[in-house]
Amino acid sequence: MTDMPDTTLTGDPSHDAPGHEHGDDAAGYYTPGAPIADTKAPGGPIDERWSTRKFEARLVNPANRRKLDIIIVGTGLAGGSAAATLGEAGYNVKSFCYQDSPRRAHSIAAQGGINAAKNYKEDGDSVHRLFYDTVKGGDYRSRESNVYRLAEVSTNIIDQCVAQGVPFAREYGGLLDNRSFGGVQVSRTFYARGQTGQQLLIGAYQAMERQVAAGTVQQFTRHEMLELIVVDGKARGIIARDLVTGEIETHLADVVVLATGGYGNVFFLSTNAMGSNVTAAWRAHRKGAYMANPCYTQIHPTCIPVTGSHQSKLTLMSESLRNDGRIWVPKKKADCDKDPREIPEQDRDYYLERIYPSFGNLVPRDIASRAAKNVCDEGRGVGPEVDGVRRGVYLDFSAAIERLGRAGIEEKYDNLFDMYARITGENPYETPMRIYPAVHYVMGGLWVDYDLQATIPGLFVTGEANFSDHGANRLGASALMQGLADGYFVLPHTIRDYLADGPFEKVDENHPAVVEARKSVEDRVAHFLSTNGTRSVDSYHRELGNIMWEYCGMERTEDGLKKAIDLIRTLREDFWRNVKVLGTAESLNQSLEKAGRVADFFELGELMCIDALNRRESCGGHFRGESQTEDGEALRHDDQFAYVAAWEFTRDPDSESEGMGAPVLHKEDLVYTAIEMKQRSYK
Amino acid sequence: MRLTLKIWRQPDAQTKGAMHTYELDGVSEDMSFLEMLDVLNEDLISKGEDPVAFDSDCREGICGMCGLMINGQAHGPEVTTTCQLHMRSFKDGDEVVIEPWRADAFPVIKDLVVDRGAFDRIIQAGGFISVNTGSAPEAHSVPVPRDDATRAFNVATCIGCGACVAACPNGSASLFMGAKVTHLGELPQGQPERDARVVGMVAQHDAEGFGGCTNIGECTAACPKEIPLDVISRLNWDLHAALRHGH
Ligand SMILES: Cc1cc2nc3c(=O)[nH]c(=O)nc-3n(C[C@H](O)[C@H](O)[C@H](O)COP(=O)(O)OP(=O)(O)OC[C@H]3O[C@@H](n4cnc5c(N)ncnc54)[C@H](O)[C@@H]3O)c2cc1C
Ligand code: SF4
Ligand code: FES
Repeated sequence: MTDMPDTTLTGDPSHDAPGHEHGDDAAGYYTPGAPIADTKAPGGPIDERWSTRKFEARLVNPANRRKLDIIIVGTGLAGGSAAATLGEAGYNVKSFCYQDSPRRAHSIAAQGGINAAKNYKEDGDSVHRLFYDTVKGGDYRSRESNVYRLAEVSTNIIDQCVAQGVPFAREYGGLLDNRSFGGVQVSRTFYARGQTGQQLLIGAYQAMERQVAAGTVQQFTRHEMLELIVVDGKARGIIARDLVTGEIETHLADVVVLATGGYGNVFFLSTNAMGSNVTAAWRAHRKGAYMANPCYTQIHPTCIPVTGSHQSKLTLMSESLRNDGRIWVPKKKADCDKDPREIPEQDRDYYLERIYPSFGNLVPRDIASRAAKNVCDEGRGVGPEVDGVRRGVYLDFSAAIERLGRAGIEEKYDNLFDMYARITGENPYETPMRIYPAVHYVMGGLWVDYDLQATIPGLFVTGEANFSDHGANRLGASALMQGLADGYFVLPHTIRDYLADGPFEKVDENHPAVVEARKSVEDRVAHFLSTNGTRSVDSYHRELGNIMWEYCGMERTEDGLKKAIDLIRTLREDFWRNVKVLGTAESLNQSLEKAGRVADFFELGELMCIDALNRRESCGGHFRGESQTEDGEALRHDDQFAYVAAWEFTRDPDSESEGMGAPVLHKEDLVYTAIEMKQRSYK
Repeated sequence: MRLTLKIWRQPDAQTKGAMHTYELDGVSEDMSFLEMLDVLNEDLISKGEDPVAFDSDCREGICGMCGLMINGQAHGPEVTTTCQLHMRSFKDGDEVVIEPWRADAFPVIKDLVVDRGAFDRIIQAGGFISVNTGSAPEAHSVPVPRDDATRAFNVATCIGCGACVAACPNGSASLFMGAKVTHLGELPQGQPERDARVVGMVAQHDAEGFGGCTNIGECTAACPKEIPLDVISRLNWDLHAALRHGH
């Protein structure tokens, strides 16, 4: 563990910006609550905890399994793998997704790869090192038991996927190939050209379809979960809208699993899919599930820059490109509009290699992103000016093409290069790519314990929708690992301990809790269709996104966040009064779908700002301007903030039904026994 | 640029549809085709008209959710998905005809949105390798020759968009099936179920109302992932072998 050039953290608040009074930045915006703790992880040596938990989790006998109903919302890596596995085990599974097929979940878009501690390269990798890298990469803000387990089951994932027919890249000898990814010094990333997510998801999807054929899994496509049903304190079902007929349906079960992905679309522009949303998670949050660290957002350094106001989404260029591409900007502002090929070597600033000599272009994402923002803020960005600033840096492959030949580069990245050429109209084999950071992933999510259970009993949360494994920053190729770890290897074991008490008493469709949930969905739909306002849903979403990007994006400050909260509240009021949704409730109505999602993004956006305001430290993807070292690096304050911020929803009694009150903050202290907390350094 | 758009409007599966004409100004060549439709929709909403329904999700050419007939071509004039088609492929004054996928097995749901559930059912009929979670052997226990893995990968890139069906005069899904049969059939892991797979998938294909393949090749020309026509030979070969083996 001492192989990294780290310095032990002082956590001395005197490093903070001079002259600041250390108060509670978020005072008045929230209410302090009782601490919270994970009670499910067994004690003892970290490498024995998962075995112990698996052994202690009670079993459900096979004859009982088919009497147990499990709802799984989401068919990405986290949900698809869980549906397949629980179906194979013989449970009765109902699987939901909003797309027209489970295979289209946004996991499909993951490009670069999936980590696993196979140590096939004999380069010193191990479960412990993957654990260490992930905790360090997360800037010591994740829960160590969960991360260790993730590293531990990572190797099983590769075995499972290969057996399913996932065509990973191979070497000439027929064995699996690996590449390296940002933030680590070993080669442990398995990949299928630039389409790893697609291949893994197709594997999970096929396994799930096999269970559909076997009758254990029932799939509901083009269905959107709009409410969670909680009966006697337990999650017992969902209200979903059939997006084709508009019918509001009640689905009841013994347990509910949310695998609904990330909420990066709160920023409007992100690398997420158009339909990615927070609605499922947010509805659960409103029903009592705590939301943890919502402000931890990952801004990915290598995306295609924005071209104009018509932009509907941003496209990622896989981080794996940083293995072969070199990032630079001109040293002189005057060179910024020149043809990059004409700028001589000595006039280029390979700023990552300069500032971080030991990791160079492979520094973690948060660091690479902020560095790009800084050089563009200095006026050394490249590409077209948008709103008076050039927001782009070069990612240059000319040296790699010289070294590996064009064919060598094609073999590794052809789909990415094609995509770049298609979107920008420029040929990256001939001229350097232009990239800029974009919102990509959220580390925050619903709070779960070691069993992946939320604060509502019977509600389990997996994949990007939960908060557990990546702390304040996720390392590349770790989300695919987490999604499949959760769905194939963790949840199927932990959920049985809960289900061992079932089947639970049947819930009647006329139970007041069911009727209430249904009615709230119907009322919302009716509200949107009767508002007859003047502004489209998208126009609100875009404006909300701008506020979030400006004040809760790559750099956050007390003043900015407070301003953002005011702006969001004003805009949200206006949205409820003035949004314009045409069409009917009884048919496919895409504006109506979006209206519900944006309504929830408004509340989430406010909570993200409050969380960011409370956390007056910089850690991972969360950079507070007030908390940096003299040379502008992020500065954590472990003495004050080594905790998970788990937020409880409260209703504002003075506001109408959708009103959001001051949230209650519950702190889960982070205790590290197997690893020493250090200030991250990649220099 | 300014465009004349002729778009198929159909309120639901039961009601008859018709082409409607819209004029759209201020289209920039950096827009994607779907962003151009977003702009049209914002315009329609501001006028109080129902926006055009069309499918899309990832908007980066990988989820297979989007898919339009553009001037009679599935996914339009370039070899890519509709969401990755950019307006620089069009010019000022163009007339652009936009329709949904047309195939008996893909009924229209609304406007440009169709039901492709038949593809899932074809996969359910055999498009998988049966291996329960946790029962897999160590990944390196079966080396796979690199060329086989590459061939498997090249066809495993199918995104299930349905352009092949829309482009085929017979409405056949042979390219889609051939891609799956080839992907799994190239790998050692896929061998035990090879016969059952192809027989099951083809039977489901026919039951869904897709047509037969008469080697026209429009499918592969329209395929955004360039799945080659020879996967259909492979499909036929595997089917005959399975029948010979008594399936
Ligand atoms: C462009 C891109 C590239 C990436 N590359 C990598 C990479 O190389 N390596 C890596 O490790 N990670 C990568 N990531 C991150 C990773 O892909 C995701 O974090 C991960 O796949 C999320 O999986 P998931 O199963 O949690 O959610 P998703 O795959 O997003 O699935 C969400 C599911 O929930 C359903 N759903 C959502 N809301 C509702 C609702 N209200 N009702 C019904 N259904 C709903 C959706 O239909 C979908 O089925 C990338 C992410 C992006 C965006
Ligand atoms: S074979 Fe090609 S056209 Fe057909 S579904 Fe697959 S990707 Fe689409
Ligand atoms: S929207 Fe995903 S492929 Fe076009």
